[in-house]
Amino acid sequence: MDVRSQISMVFHLDKCIGCHTCSVACKNIWTDRKGTEYMWWNNVETKPGTGFPTKWEDQEKYKGGWEKKNGSIQLRSTGKGRVVPNIFHHPHQPSMNDYYEPWTYKYDELFNAPEGNDQPTARPISMVTGEHMDIEAGPNWDDDLSGSPVYAKNDPNFKNLTAEQQAQLFAIERLVFFYFPRICNHCLNPSCVASCPSGALHKRGEDGIVLIDQEQCRGWRSCVAACPYKKTYYNWQTGKSEKCILCFPRIESGQAPACFHSCVGRIRYLGVLLYDADMIDDVANTPDDQLVEAHRAMVLDPNDPEVIRSAQANGIHDDVIKSAQKSPVYKFVKEWGIALPPHIEYRTLPMLFYVPPMLPVMTTMDGDAKKNMNEGLFPDFDKARAPMEFLANLFSAGNTGKMRYALKKQMAVRQYRRAVTVGDISMEAALKMLLEADCSVEEAEGIYKLTSLCTFDERFVIPPAHREEAIEMMKDPLEHKQEVGFGLREEPERGA
Amino acid sequence: MAENITSFDYLNLFLFTILPYVALFTFFLVTIQRYRGRGFTYSSLSSQFLENKMHFWAMVPFHYGILVVLFGHLIGFLLPAQVLAWNSEPMRLYLLEITGFIGGIFTLVGLINIMVRRLSDARTKMVTSTADWVVIGILIFQICTGLYTAIFHSWGSSWFAASMSPYLWSIVKLSPEIAYVTPLPFFIKLHIIGAFAMIILFPFTRLVHALVVPNPYLWRKPQVVRWHWDRKKIRTTEFKIER
Repeated sequence: MDVRSQISMVFHLDKCIGCHTCSVACKNIWTDRKGTEYMWWNNVETKPGTGFPTKWEDQEKYKGGWEKKNGSIQLRSTGKGRVVPNIFHHPHQPSMNDYYEPWTYKYDELFNAPEGNDQPTARPISMVTGEHMDIEAGPNWDDDLSGSPVYAKNDPNFKNLTAEQQAQLFAIERLVFFYFPRICNHCLNPSCVASCPSGALHKRGEDGIVLIDQEQCRGWRSCVAACPYKKTYYNWQTGKSEKCILCFPRIESGQAPACFHSCVGRIRYLGVLLYDADMIDDVANTPDDQLVEAHRAMVLDPNDPEVIRSAQANGIHDDVIKSAQKSPVYKFVKEWGIALPPHIEYRTLPMLFYVPPMLPVMTTMDGDAKKNMNEGLFPDFDKARAPMEFLANLFSAGNTGKMRYALKKQMAVRQYRRAVTVGDISMEAALKMLLEADCSVEEAEGIYKLTSLCTFDERFVIPPAHREEAIEMMKDPLEHKQEVGFGLREEPERGA
Repeated sequence: MAENITSFDYLNLFLFTILPYVALFTFFLVTIQRYRGRGFTYSSLSSQFLENKMHFWAMVPFHYGILVVLFGHLIGFLLPAQVLAWNSEPMRLYLLEITGFIGGIFTLVGLINIMVRRLSDARTKMVTSTADWVVIGILIFQICTGLYTAIFHSWGSSWFAASMSPYLWSIVKLSPEIAYVTPLPFFIKLHIIGAFAMIILFPFTRLVHALVVPNPYLWRKPQVVRWHWDRKKIRTTEFKIER
């Protein structure tokens, strides 16, 4: 057992209101420089929709992630053998047109325009060329455009939906959508790292954050093609790739990342998961339908004495172990089993999990009668507006069983709380639902509390980084203290 | 002898004995200094992201072409005797010459496409610096004089092995034998001088990306993990964190 710690995340989609505050917080801190204008390390997509970059989930086009081949897994884009012949022109590289051309407006024309009969206008100009341009796409271009034949219709997650199910998603007055906020998943088997020819991409051993060493990056852009989530971006100005750094300077000083901190809907949870790194290869090679379970099995119980011993032996700090025991992510993912990994079939083992949304209006109308219950106690999830297969394609590699479990449990908790607070549902029925949903009363209370009443400290359980001890191990702390903040750091300037 | 020295000889002396050392000295000093001091500037500076179609027709012929050409020169330099032995059979000589020539044509086609692309695509134009144009200029110069030489001073693979290789080795051995190159035709001399100029320009331009080609990738493990704690130290019993 090779125990490692990983800063992991849960996004509770039922709570996301699609306000994009997270995206803006991130943009203001990290990606407002030249060459990064088009990057959205954090973005919020409307699902069904094509996402950002357009159709990023279509791996026939982008060749991201891993594929099972001859009993092992291989990078879909460029493995070792293919990196050399393809280095001069990467065949699966997205271009700026797949994202959008960033622009601003010539605001001074509003003031400087000569007197005339027309209102002065601020025309859009490209932030790349500085020329006037026609805007054809932009960030969140398909925001809220579910039901649109241009965007939603091309959602790659429709691939194995029947024509009837697809039609249902586009029927008038039956439209449905939810928000899908995305950041780097800081995967356990990151294909970006495995594809980097320069060895610039790496995973930090202590907390599992995936970073690009800017000095070592040579701009080959293999990571951009290899990341199935398209969460590494190429800075066309500096000639280096960049990605979400999970605000590690904030994490190291005990603060939640900016997108987490600013989240209005409080949908985000962050905490440590302990996992067994020896299992990575085997889990990444599991058949599709068992992936969710195998991935979950890698996550170790932080209260198990055996695990604690191995963790300590592996150099994991006691404070990190303590923090793992309080991790909200552990509860959502492992104890309750209601948080699922996005597109685990890409086999990168993402460490950002999603609590699937109870899509609005489970009810269907049968004439004038509200018809939301099937034979048993639960609403008929198969008759919900968004087909179960669609959600399962997104969050559980098509495994509808896992998706149904997560939704059923959430629904049971809701009904139980309704029985407690409103009382129009009998407690007996509520308890029966809980039982059917594999949920105890304590668990239901736990889910309710962490979903609805969670405080800042319950949502973000950030282990102390103990930089002071790390420094002590490497060198004399006094010497270090005298050194830091001095010397010349190189400016991130484009080479000639 | 002294009274026979002309200004032309002085020029030869400068171009073929001093210039190569200036070039090599600059090359090593600046590349190393740049790598250590301004490592961030080492990048392929790819513009495929900005323009993805013409890019293929520019980059692929250029890079494969220039690899063949450079590799050819390198073989002639390192293995002159073997090249001469190989060329003793006319068919093999033709094969070698044609391969090199096709490589040169590919390079030229690629370079022309590079120029067209960088002039016609608005976005790519924005990331094209003066240094880039200098690089393109010197490469065009080199490939044109090189192709001219290949056509009008044919069987270069043989005479390169016989006269250029010993000359280059004499530079390496720090006793330049200028007599190998002074009798060469004008265009060949231009080509040699262009090569030295390119070596001087190399460390100041984007050409440095050729030095950071990703060879370690081929034998490293796919996943890279960096530790900021000393895990070995923490595993031993001597180091105990006070908690």
